[in-house]
Amino acid sequence: MAKKESKISKKALQEFQSEAEEIVEKLYHNIVDLEESSKKGKVDPDSLNDTFRAAHSLKGVAGMFGFSQIEALSHNLESILDSLRLGKIQLEPEIFALLDESVGLLSKIIGASGKEGAEEKDQIEALIGKLDQRFQEYSSSEKASPLEELKIDESIISVLTEYEEHRLLENIREGINIFRVRAGFDLQSFDQGLAELNQLLKPLGEIITTLPSSSGVADSEINFDIILGTKKDRKFLENTIEWKNVSFTQIETGKVEKEEEASPEKLKPGEGSAEEEGLSLKSISQTVRVDINKLDNIMNIVGELLLSKAVISELTERLRMEKGFSGVAVDFYKANRGLERKLNELQEGVMEVRMVPLHQIFEKLSRVIRKLTKDSGKEVELEISGADTELDKLIVEALGDPLIHIIRNCLDHGIETPEERKRKGKPKKGTIKINAFPKGNHVVIEVEDDGSGIDLTRISEVVVEKGLIEPGIQLGKEELLEFLFMPGFSTKKEISKISGRGVGLDVVKSNISSMSGMIRIESEENKGAKVILTLPITLAIIKALIITTCGRTYAIPLNSIQESLMITSQEIKTVEGREVIQLRDQTLSLLRLNHLFALPGESPSVEQYFVVVVSLAERRLGILVEGLLGQQDVVVKSIGEPLVGVRGIGGATELGNKTTVLVLDVGGLIEESMRL
Amino acid sequence: MTRYVLIVEDSPAMRSFIASAIEALNDFQIVETSNGFEALKVLPRYKFDLILTDINMPDINGLELVSFVKKSTEYSHIPLVIITTEGSEKDQQKGLALGADAYLVKPFKVEVLQKVLKSYLH
Repeated sequence: MAKKESKISKKALQEFQSEAEEIVEKLYHNIVDLEESSKKGKVDPDSLNDTFRAAHSLKGVAGMFGFSQIEALSHNLESILDSLRLGKIQLEPEIFALLDESVGLLSKIIGASGKEGAEEKDQIEALIGKLDQRFQEYSSSEKASPLEELKIDESIISVLTEYEEHRLLENIREGINIFRVRAGFDLQSFDQGLAELNQLLKPLGEIITTLPSSSGVADSEINFDIILGTKKDRKFLENTIEWKNVSFTQIETGKVEKEEEASPEKLKPGEGSAEEEGLSLKSISQTVRVDINKLDNIMNIVGELLLSKAVISELTERLRMEKGFSGVAVDFYKANRGLERKLNELQEGVMEVRMVPLHQIFEKLSRVIRKLTKDSGKEVELEISGADTELDKLIVEALGDPLIHIIRNCLDHGIETPEERKRKGKPKKGTIKINAFPKGNHVVIEVEDDGSGIDLTRISEVVVEKGLIEPGIQLGKEELLEFLFMPGFSTKKEISKISGRGVGLDVVKSNISSMSGMIRIESEENKGAKVILTLPITLAIIKALIITTCGRTYAIPLNSIQESLMITSQEIKTVEGREVIQLRDQTLSLLRLNHLFALPGESPSVEQYFVVVVSLAERRLGILVEGLLGQQDVVVKSIGEPLVGVRGIGGATELGNKTTVLVLDVGGLIEESMRL
Repeated sequence: MTRYVLIVEDSPAMRSFIASAIEALNDFQIVETSNGFEALKVLPRYKFDLILTDINMPDINGLELVSFVKKSTEYSHIPLVIITTEGSEKDQQKGLALGADAYLVKPFKVEVLQKVLKSYLH
């Protein structure tokens, strides 16, 4: 099962190729921007630094992957850019010509997969010569950094990179005030808080660096010292940013002579660049990388459009009722139909963009298995099928940890050692099968091993030992396996003596549930175990059935609804304290939401109910409701802290009429109802 | 016993290069992050046995991460190796002064990285 090393390096090479292309593209854009802004006389130090970093990264990766020519060229490019960002040399037309030439050549070599021909080789050497010469000329006029002479707190200077030192110095030279902005955040959410603070600070000047510190704060908190250069004074800052956990200290800088020498911000207008070189920046890969948050944003807008459309549909309907099906009502109807079709296409399009195949994550799993088998002395064959099955990017990403966990369990506790397998008459090599396939609006992922299976006798012993059930009560196989998901059940020593599959399975389960998915285990002694995950394809926009019960409105995801039927109150029977109905020869448990959520007030006594039959991963449940309000596309938004712990609620959504309703999580409901 | 290695590096290609070098060695769980913020977020979640960090990163730079780790009570025991490039001797010196345990200069050979790893993880 071990893949050949050459395959890894091929993949890594592809990664190098796409990253290099991206960097060159960025370099090209940045240089064009820099040229534009230098003509206007105002160069943003951040964008200069960004350009430097791009060349720096390219040099780094090219070096690691052994592309010596790219490395050499980008090294020289980097040196020039470094001198530029550190203010050692100025942006002149000549420099731009060199930069343009370098990027053009880099693009050409990278486009040819790093294989330069004889012609390029000469070009590269000539260019490297030119760059180096230019760099030498300038660097001879270099001056020592006088930062040490300033009275700045050593703890700050000690963590600044060379570039940041330079920016600090530049700010001081221009007589700008330097502040230490100390901000405290919760460790869980500091990135958002910090981003917000940065948004406020950015317009006031330059953020030179951000230094995290944990000293003197609680474990759950983190402090940041932001070094800010601004022309404003402390009073102004304190009045502008009235955050209770933010304080401002001005840093003593001492006097520095303001120099007459031109800094990168003051530039001579440039003229003419090396466009005649024929920059070939054609990208090989026809893909763009997009931040998933941007897609989320578009998805939200699509969701809101769908709501607006729902309103228009309703108005159209009303117009038809009032005016009959003629004239303007017909036109309106047709226009609305057109809008609806296009909106659906848009929604599908955005959805498709978010979909990624599972093979990325499966590849990671095979790496994990390779590593684990090497150590354990066990032999394992991995069989993967359905790797092309697609799921929402966010779900695929969140699946990584749970799957690794499951695989680990298979290896650690499922598959036996070769000797033991031999004794049992099994093939020496164990097999782990991972299979994924779409099933309606869900995707099922099965992880199956042919190991020893789960020792049910041992589980029932532990269950009794722990006093979870009375001795003598016989539990079914499924019920016993369910205990493995119980928080805390697994971590005890006793349980790790059985097949140990319990380790952390409660965490896996809560991960899967948070994606509105379900997890189930099947096991057969000495034949193996199978973990089955059922996941929705996307979490973004779903069709939902809007229902009312006890005067409240909820949305139920349509993809888990089998049917809904009308019953009379006489049809409800009580079996072992549970309300059930007979549905086509089968008994269906019923659930009242007001019981589950402990809503105040009595259950309404009505003659007729609707039963919404929901199912997930072979389990069914009937939800008793009083009213069905219809179907709608909804955008599920996550809910805030207070409701996160409530099982059975997957999120909230807004209906067309500006009301907010809770979206039920069917997986959670089914599990909760079994516990009631 | 699984050992956890944290990689802080903004170049995905560089990250996978390092990751594959480490994976070739032994039973390691690698946690990859692309900047200082992500690193701060994952630090409390795992018991790391080694941290490898780049220096030149936006917002929180590698030196600041070194300073944070080495000054904290929870993480200061974790060996920390900084990854720098030729010509940035000043940053190397600063990193070591802040408590970094070693530095690697890019480009480095897989064997060099593995040697460093072995000396910190036994």
